[in-house]
Amino acid sequence: MTATHTRAAGPTASSGRTTTYREAMREALREALRTDQRVFLMGEDVGRYGGCFGVSLGLLEEFGPERVRDAPLSESAFVGAGIGAALAGMRPIVEIMTVNFSLLALDQILNNAATLLHMSGGQLPVPIVIRMTTGAGRQLAAQHSHSLEGWYAHIPGLRVLAPATLTDARHMLAPALADPDPVLIFEHGSLYNVSGVLPADAGPVDIGHAAVRRTGTDVSLITYGGCLPKALAAADDLASGGISAEVVDLRSLRPLDDATIGDSVARTHRAVVVDEGWRTGSLAAEISARLTEQHFYDLDAPVERVCSAEVPVPYARRLEQAALPQPDGIVAAARRSVGDLVAAGADAVERRPITGGPG
Amino acid sequence: MTSARTSRMPRPAARPNRQTAHRLALLESMLRVRRFEERCVELYSAARIRGFMHLYIGEEAVAVGVNEALTDDDAVVSTYREHGHALARGVPAEAIMAEMFGKVTGCSRGRGGSMHLFDAGRRFYGGNAIVGGGLPLAAGLALADRMTGLARVTCCFFGDGAFAEGEFHETANLAALWGLPLLLVCENNLYAMGTALARHQAQTDLALRAAGYGMVSWPVDGMDVLAVEDAARRAAEAVRAGAGPHFLEMRTYRFRAHSMYDPDRYRDRAEIEHWKERDPVEGLARRMRDAKELSDKARTALEDRLAAEVDRAVAAADQAPEEPVEDLLTYVTSPVEAIRP
Ligand SMILES: Cc1ncc(C[n+]2csc(CCOP(=O)(O)OP(=O)(O)O)c2C)c(N)n1
Repeated sequence: MTATHTRAAGPTASSGRTTTYREAMREALREALRTDQRVFLMGEDVGRYGGCFGVSLGLLEEFGPERVRDAPLSESAFVGAGIGAALAGMRPIVEIMTVNFSLLALDQILNNAATLLHMSGGQLPVPIVIRMTTGAGRQLAAQHSHSLEGWYAHIPGLRVLAPATLTDARHMLAPALADPDPVLIFEHGSLYNVSGVLPADAGPVDIGHAAVRRTGTDVSLITYGGCLPKALAAADDLASGGISAEVVDLRSLRPLDDATIGDSVARTHRAVVVDEGWRTGSLAAEISARLTEQHFYDLDAPVERVCSAEVPVPYARRLEQAALPQPDGIVAAARRSVGDLVAAGADAVERRPITGGPG
Repeated sequence: MTSARTSRMPRPAARPNRQTAHRLALLESMLRVRRFEERCVELYSAARIRGFMHLYIGEEAVAVGVNEALTDDDAVVSTYREHGHALARGVPAEAIMAEMFGKVTGCSRGRGGSMHLFDAGRRFYGGNAIVGGGLPLAAGLALADRMTGLARVTCCFFGDGAFAEGEFHETANLAALWGLPLLLVCENNLYAMGTALARHQAQTDLALRAAGYGMVSWPVDGMDVLAVEDAARRAAEAVRAGAGPHFLEMRTYRFRAHSMYDPDRYRDRAEIEHWKERDPVEGLARRMRDAKELSDKARTALEDRLAAEVDRAVAAADQAPEEPVEDLLTYVTSPVEAIRP
């Protein structure tokens, strides 16, 4: 883990207890399994192994193999089975090891989960929650490191969530389960070890809205998930240079909370979108487009984007870190947008040309 | 409306196949599918029905025979060639026709068309146009029953083409591994679009391969509705009793092209004619006539009744309102009331 990852992202309340993102997720699962008999957890190695990231450790002993159900390596079949079970009145939580493997279940997620309600004229809602990890930073190379949540955010019929804080990790699952439609939860792999204080009074998360994690007046850093700690670190750095950055945590990637994003930009007049997805066709591109559509006259500078380099994520640490959004790149982009060109450097990293792909 | 599902209700328990009334009900149900689809062809030519449309003509014995073995509580998952499955399940002809006309009274409120018929109340879960896509979903319906202790069967129809998809093999493994109450009904009509079975399957004995998953698997004469019903009844009873998934390979044939767009250049006319001699509808009618169970007069009366039923469905679909464009974005997500209880 990099130093930035150990920073606890989220409110630090005086009353609360210290925990990790992983344990917060586990508590959320435990609560869901305890309070609703219709809930069950299904996925590869969620049971005896304890979850490939250790999230469901101990739940098998507590709830038994029917409700903490180890599935074969059949992403399409067990995701589809979750959809069928949801149709029949259950509340399945399906875990896919990583977003990379979810592509083997993409047909079920897109052509069934996201589509059945509409194709059936409203008869068949699919109340399923599908959790998976996403993101890079642990030198796992391309096939374990991609951030494809933006693809899922493209799909009507899905709700797409990205818990970035301990509170969201702990309290997002209940409202996700209460949603009658399919909800995808993306957990960034580098967040699991983040520890911090979980506020005692934290209640269910408002999954329909973004959250302002830090207020500021000069520039809005708009981000989500694993990039939130990086954006907060960048905001600290900017503050020491006299630039006041506001940090908006999208929390919901679909639907996007245009109002919170727009209000922030209307105050700061500058926006930097930070997204671990590839720049071309990214969620960052969507947000940038919406800002130009809806807030053109509020903007004092072009919208900046800090995304992953257009390359399959490499293994070598230096290359991997160079491919991903980093606090210094966010700082440079923010400085460019406030007009601090000298400090940003003449050929700032994030303006590098796109290699391959359109453009 | 009368349907196989309602008309079979008073059937005596013992040796139901021997009952004339029961055979009549089967014949009626198959004829309903046949006449309904023949009308669909006319309506398609008249551009009243658009999009892809896949006819079931020739395969009626499978849908009708299998549905006889299911109860109202069971679930059915189907493909894009599902008019017959839907009708045999009791989805009203009117709701299906209206759906194909894209009308608000359609069984999917005009969002689905021919390939996406749904009826939640009758536990008819579509209408899936992704080859093999319904299989995992069916396993999930069965899993839910298994977990909640309901003695229900989920029946999934799919073609021989789907047998080459990972979806089939993943689902077969999962269902056998977990002992799910799933009835897998493979409609082996010898073609996946234009590709003959031997050109798309390394081993063409599908029941044999399914048995490799540890499932009870039988080949069945899919042109004989009584054989289909008998096999389906035995399989469904075993599934219901907890014996795990069962696989039926229905050996059948489609008399028409794959879809309305298909010029059908990949088959011999002689082959089609050969199979037509085994027409499941006329085959049963002939047997009943020979056994003096069906007079010419009764047949005519039955045909008249079905023609009137299809007429009514078309007229109602014709007169039904279009789905207003203002409602375009409905049913993408559930209404807000459903989200915040
Ligand atoms: C995943 C997928 N691949 C391809 C197609 C195109 N397609 C539609 S029907 C069909 C043939 C399917 O044959 P089979 O499963 O035997 O069913 P049948 O049409 O004979 O009832 C194909 C290839 C599709 N709909 N879905």
